[in-house]
Amino acid sequence: MKTILGRDHPLAVSGFAGPALILFGVFVLLPLLLAAAATFTNHRLVSPEPTGYVGLDNYTRLLALQVTTVAPLRDAAGDLQRDEEGLRYPTWRQVRQAQPELAGYRPAWQFELGQRRVVLAATDPLFYRSLINTFLFALLVLPLQCGVALGLALLVNQRMAGRIFFRTVYFAPVVTSMVVASIVWSFMLNTDRGLINELLRALIGNPDAGPDWLGESSHALLAIAIMSAWQGAGFQMLIFLAGLQSISSELYEAATLMGANAWQRFIHVTLPGLRNTIVFVLVSTMLMAFGLFTQVDVMTSGGPLDSTTTVVYHAVRSGFRQQDIGYGSTITVVFFGIVLLVSLLQRMLLAKGAK
Amino acid sequence: MTQPIRRTLLRLPILLGMCGLGVVFATPLLFMFAASFKHDDAIFANLASWTSYVPDAGWSLANYTAIFERSNLPLFLLNSTIIATLVVVGGILVNSMLAFSLSRMRWRGRGAVLSVVVAMLVIPFEVIAIPLLSLVARLPWPGFEAGVLTWQMGWFNSLHVQIIPFLANAFCVFLFYQFFRDIPPELDEAAKMDGAGPWALFFRIILPNSGPVIATAAIVLFIAAWNQYLWPIMVVQGEAARPVQPGIQQFFGRSNSWGQIMAYASIVTLPVLAVFLAFQRQFVASVAGAGIKG
Repeated sequence: MKTILGRDHPLAVSGFAGPALILFGVFVLLPLLLAAAATFTNHRLVSPEPTGYVGLDNYTRLLALQVTTVAPLRDAAGDLQRDEEGLRYPTWRQVRQAQPELAGYRPAWQFELGQRRVVLAATDPLFYRSLINTFLFALLVLPLQCGVALGLALLVNQRMAGRIFFRTVYFAPVVTSMVVASIVWSFMLNTDRGLINELLRALIGNPDAGPDWLGESSHALLAIAIMSAWQGAGFQMLIFLAGLQSISSELYEAATLMGANAWQRFIHVTLPGLRNTIVFVLVSTMLMAFGLFTQVDVMTSGGPLDSTTTVVYHAVRSGFRQQDIGYGSTITVVFFGIVLLVSLLQRMLLAKGAK
Repeated sequence: MTQPIRRTLLRLPILLGMCGLGVVFATPLLFMFAASFKHDDAIFANLASWTSYVPDAGWSLANYTAIFERSNLPLFLLNSTIIATLVVVGGILVNSMLAFSLSRMRWRGRGAVLSVVVAMLVIPFEVIAIPLLSLVARLPWPGFEAGVLTWQMGWFNSLHVQIIPFLANAFCVFLFYQFFRDIPPELDEAAKMDGAGPWALFFRIILPNSGPVIATAAIVLFIAAWNQYLWPIMVVQGEAARPVQPGIQQFFGRSNSWGQIMAYASIVTLPVLAVFLAFQRQFVASVAGAGIKG
């Protein structure tokens, strides 16, 4: 890069660069180092006891996982016991008593395999639950939000009257705070009187239809994903829009001359032209999805039945509400590792796919 | 069929799509503003009809007067205004100065610092929230007791704990860096001929010519500061230093008047919406630019 100031006086350089660098050092890098150190301690936010070194205890508590299979119950004659839900199994307490090495473990996830039940047991099952929920949320919101954003950008990119107005309308939710958006959507998702179920009933003509969006574990995460896509899509729309406008119009003209229709132009000109933009949008949307906290805190408090507890929510509950900084930092560090890994993987995959 | 009519027919689906999505995207906010003027009994009547979104005789400002009398909203608004203003002013200063040293000064380690700033772009705040919490619990803050300087431990329940950690912002440094890099170097040469040092160059020439990027940075910093939620619920317990977002969350938990909650939400949303509408053009241009180059 060309610099024409010549050599700069160190004092002037540190005057310009110093303030921001000190702030970055103290409030970004130092916390990351402290977090790494805190994972080996039982440090608490406020505690009369001095902080002690606990080695890898936090990591074992967080990550310890055992897979065990449970055989179904048999009656006196040796036949399998059944009830209306299928085979009957012993309770977790009975399983744990039979296998002493499972002391301290609770089931995180289980499924039936043949005539056996496979149980993944963990010392912190909520962590694995929250990890699955976080990935599930990313999986739901990523195609929804990015797809909608691309659609919006294609619409707003048309040379038509009113496109600036519509661009503003689509973007307005982005400047609305997540807390406000969550509160407004809690009203709209209300089971009996909310707008969403009201429309659903009108559409299918059944006055009793409409799920309890935030009260059923099967719907709550989906409802939060839809609401998050509504709130965030305008941002990705702007980035897609800039990407669309950087594609040379000559390419489109050439494709039209060769007889390509609108769909073929989209597949062979627009999508390849947007490659870098798509990578950027996917990575940034995924980082946002991994940070899911506010919507959960306002709308569901992690429920129902922990179906919306995310990694950040779990970290805040341990680190802040239970004041267990050592453990909260461990969740944070493991989470940071996963974030880095996934974004690297995503970049690699997308770069490979382009070749 | 004549050409103009065909064109119009082709564009009809696009227009319909734009309008349909416009309704989807606007309805939640319209619902919020409409409900804020209504009596609780009327909010859920005829939701699916457009008539419930236009003012009628039943609309009043009763919800707004009630929340100003019943809650500490004015105090929270003041806190958020102070926090956001200082974050914007301080943030523009420190981030643009760092960007200036990165783009137009020559020093050792510049390349390394630039890569660290770019790497910090991908660190979500949620990752450092818990460690930062334990850090600010141990930081000292000066105070005066009977004219003597004393050091108080911990930054909790204050405004500065919500300001200082958010001044340096990697995205803003990046925005300023890109903008400064594209300013022609002849400007610097001319200033040097006149005997101007780097400070004069920066404050008299570079900054006054950076209007668009300053507007963008201001919007980014303002929206982030005004919409803070995770951080203040952790570091502020009492009401004295509480900003608006935890304020509305608490009101949402306690109040059972839907109209008042929506009035509260409208007041919290309006300042950001106004700032965005005022600086829309610069903002759209620079956010898009960052996406392309980044």
